Amino acid sequence: MHAMHPLRITVNGQEHRADIDPRRSLLDFARDSLNLTGPKKGCDHGQCGACTMIVNGRRINSCLSLAVSHEGDEVTTIEGLAEGSDLSALQRAFVEHDAFQCGFCTPGQICSATALLDELKEGLPSVVSSPDKLAEMDEEIRERMSGNLCRCGAYNNIVAAISSVAGDKS
Amino acid sequence: MNEMTNKIIGTPLDRVDGPAKVTGQATYTADYRPTGKTAEGFIVEAAAAPGKIRKIDTQAAEASDGVIAVLTHHNAPKQNPYGTPEEAGRFTQSHAMLESDHVRHVGDPVALVIAETLEQARHAAKLVRVEVETSEGTFDQFAADVEIAKPDSLDGADEVDTSTGDFEKEFAASDVTVEASYFTGAQHSAAMEPHATVAEWDGDELTVHMAIQIVAPGLKAFANTLGIEADKVRILSPFVGGGFGSKLGVHNDAILAALGAKVTGRPVRVVQTRRNVFSNAPHRSKHRQDLKIGADASGKLKAISHDSLAAMARNYPFAEAPASPTRASYFAPAIKTTHRVVEADIPRVDSMRAPGEAIGTLTFETAIDEIAEQCGIDPVEFRLQNDADRDPNSGAPLADRRLSECIREGAKKFGWDGRVTPGRRREGNKLIGRGMASAIRPNFLVPAEAEVVLSANGQLRVRLDMTDIGTGTYTILTQVAAETLAIPVDQITVELGDSHFPASSGSGGSFGAASCGSAVFDACGKLSKLLQQRLSGKGIAANAISVEGDRVRAGGNDYALADLVDDGALTVKGAVDPSEFDHGEEEYSYGALFSEVEVDVDSGEIRVRRLLGAFDAGRILNEKTARSQLMGGMIFGIGGALLEESTMDTRYGSFMNRDFAEYHIAVNRDVPELEVHMLEGFSEKSNPLGSKGIGELGICGTGPAIANAIYEATGCRVRKFPIHMEDLLQHLPQG
Repeated sequence: MHAMHPLRITVNGQEHRADIDPRRSLLDFARDSLNLTGPKKGCDHGQCGACTMIVNGRRINSCLSLAVSHEGDEVTTIEGLAEGSDLSALQRAFVEHDAFQCGFCTPGQICSATALLDELKEGLPSVVSSPDKLAEMDEEIRERMSGNLCRCGAYNNIVAAISSVAGDKS
Repeated sequence: MNEMTNKIIGTPLDRVDGPAKVTGQATYTADYRPTGKTAEGFIVEAAAAPGKIRKIDTQAAEASDGVIAVLTHHNAPKQNPYGTPEEAGRFTQSHAMLESDHVRHVGDPVALVIAETLEQARHAAKLVRVEVETSEGTFDQFAADVEIAKPDSLDGADEVDTSTGDFEKEFAASDVTVEASYFTGAQHSAAMEPHATVAEWDGDELTVHMAIQIVAPGLKAFANTLGIEADKVRILSPFVGGGFGSKLGVHNDAILAALGAKVTGRPVRVVQTRRNVFSNAPHRSKHRQDLKIGADASGKLKAISHDSLAAMARNYPFAEAPASPTRASYFAPAIKTTHRVVEADIPRVDSMRAPGEAIGTLTFETAIDEIAEQCGIDPVEFRLQNDADRDPNSGAPLADRRLSECIREGAKKFGWDGRVTPGRRREGNKLIGRGMASAIRPNFLVPAEAEVVLSANGQLRVRLDMTDIGTGTYTILTQVAAETLAIPVDQITVELGDSHFPASSGSGGSFGAASCGSAVFDACGKLSKLLQQRLSGKGIAANAISVEGDRVRAGGNDYALADLVDDGALTVKGAVDPSEFDHGEEEYSYGALFSEVEVDVDSGEIRVRRLLGAFDAGRILNEKTARSQLMGGMIFGIGGALLEESTMDTRYGSFMNRDFAEYHIAVNRDVPELEVHMLEGFSEKSNPLGSKGIGELGICGTGPAIANAIYEATGCRVRKFPIHMEDLLQHLPQG
């Protein structure tokens, strides 16, 4: 019998206490323990980004992270981005720019993009940045969103959606 | 007519399911939570095949924490033999799992471990010990000693082989010839949502939530597999996380979940792992395509032959038609095409997005580029001067042929200014090349039914078993209903993916929007007429009506819907009958693709800098979603040209790159700003809406436009796809 481990974690502003299987990933904890099925399992290997969540302000592949390693952490999933029926600016932009088709990768794309906007604001560099300044906005977005696969091929529209919000912010 | 709604077809309406998709509220199969406590099924795959299971030890797994049952061929419920009845075809014949000690291919399920949680099932699956006694298998259709056969039929094409004119004579009399073999790699649809099923039994009735593109034949597949009546099965598939052909039918997770639920008396969820998907869901075979093309000195095509060789999974009848575009793109006095297959002991081979054209245009349009160059004629001009005025194969008239228009429009928008000597265009350490290719894809219309229910409060429900696999079906059908009935969009709810609704075309072959849209158009037209009749019955003249809120407007006045509908709602059925559009003319969607690539002179790294498509898909039903689909197709085309290949270890018949780290699909930064131009049109011969297929069109022609650009950049003609940097490395200029 695998011993269950206690976990205290805050998800979308709500604190949860649970005894969980130490083998359970943060993704499966959200989906199967909390019934938050917005985050998706596209590969379970950290290769597709459909499971992306924001943990303590940083985006991570939640399928690669064991839930028990998140004691005391603050987690935001796609379910935590809208205020009631008020969509976030990025969520609205994704609809307006048709930045998805089947929609399966979309929760991960939007969580990833949400954290990306903060990274840009902080001036954190990426591989396309110069030593002293960021590259052109769309190029930074393309690079920073390349960990989120979309098989339907909404990439251009994803860049347009994120860019429209990033532009508003700057 | 209502001013607001009379012109809504074609407008770039935001997806009506958009808010659900951006908030995580759209429920895909694995998100569905049954009322009963769900058990989790985990597949144990055969590590070697073909062969017989000599021993399977499930004791340790059964004793493991949380395990409810371990299904193997020893205890799985009895099913009808795999592949029966043979005449039923691949979508409806028995798909039996764990039926005997026979193992078909590497990855074939040999056990299903069912436990309380996923972690428990996954752990116990590792404890199952299986010994397979292998026999000699066929894994490589290109090997010397294989048995090559003519398939009984081809997917999406009428004839396996065709021949018009005297090929040998015309080829011999040609001034310029190209003769080459091209190779395309095996590919996987790799939809972001892995195949998934949640199955529940209630007595002898089976309900399956599953990811499937075409619902109605799926019912028969369950019936033929499990030996039950199709009307005892219900399939629900409201949201599908991409299909691209891989979810056309019922796959292994579906049958295993049904068996597991039967044995445990619990709802059972089986979600394929990403690795599973590469062997428990279908793939596109690798192909060898031999092309011979002859032209006269002026660049007029005289003779074309295209011979294709692929693998067919044993006992799963499917053969792709790469020579389909060769039969229809250009006129030549002699055209000869053949398709051959080798039965192989590999995972199922089936349709993948744009079956035939995706890899057929890749090779054929590369060969056309080669012969145009040998003739010394610009590739745009060469294609224009060889355009057909009747179907090159059948001689039948062509409905709404607009290939040349697409080529001219694309060339203009791209700024095509002719070819340069290969290898001569250079910016620093980048070699720059441009290329183009034609796109063509047969247009289909298939039977579909729909029902519409108008309530007294003015809410309209549109119902059919159609699926939205990302194609925008919810939105497009909303627009068709809104315009036909003249009712505001926000009063419409489209309900899809339930086999209790009228049977439709489902999603596949780019026929969904035309077929289902026409059925909804018919249903709403009939509903509108019925309302007019009822108004007339009350002495109200109603030549044109519209609905707003719970009122019907007619002749400047409005009337309560409640007085016109019975029992609170009016239900009307509609359908489309493709035979009414059988006019003997061949129909295709068309396009022309233009690309610019750069090749790093030191490493051979290839980057696509520009990609532009001009397309004719008849009337565009939603400008926004249509553009998205075309862009998605073009990105698939980038994958086919440069990235995607499932590599098999042909000693053992196992795919070696079964994940996204090794099977490369395009990522965001692989894709430049895409340019999409849609010709205005209305294909009146195609269907009542005047639309043509669009979901696969963008792939066709994209790969060869890139390949032809690589040739111009480097002077190196690569005849195997995907093209990799190492293919170019030996051919790059030194220093």
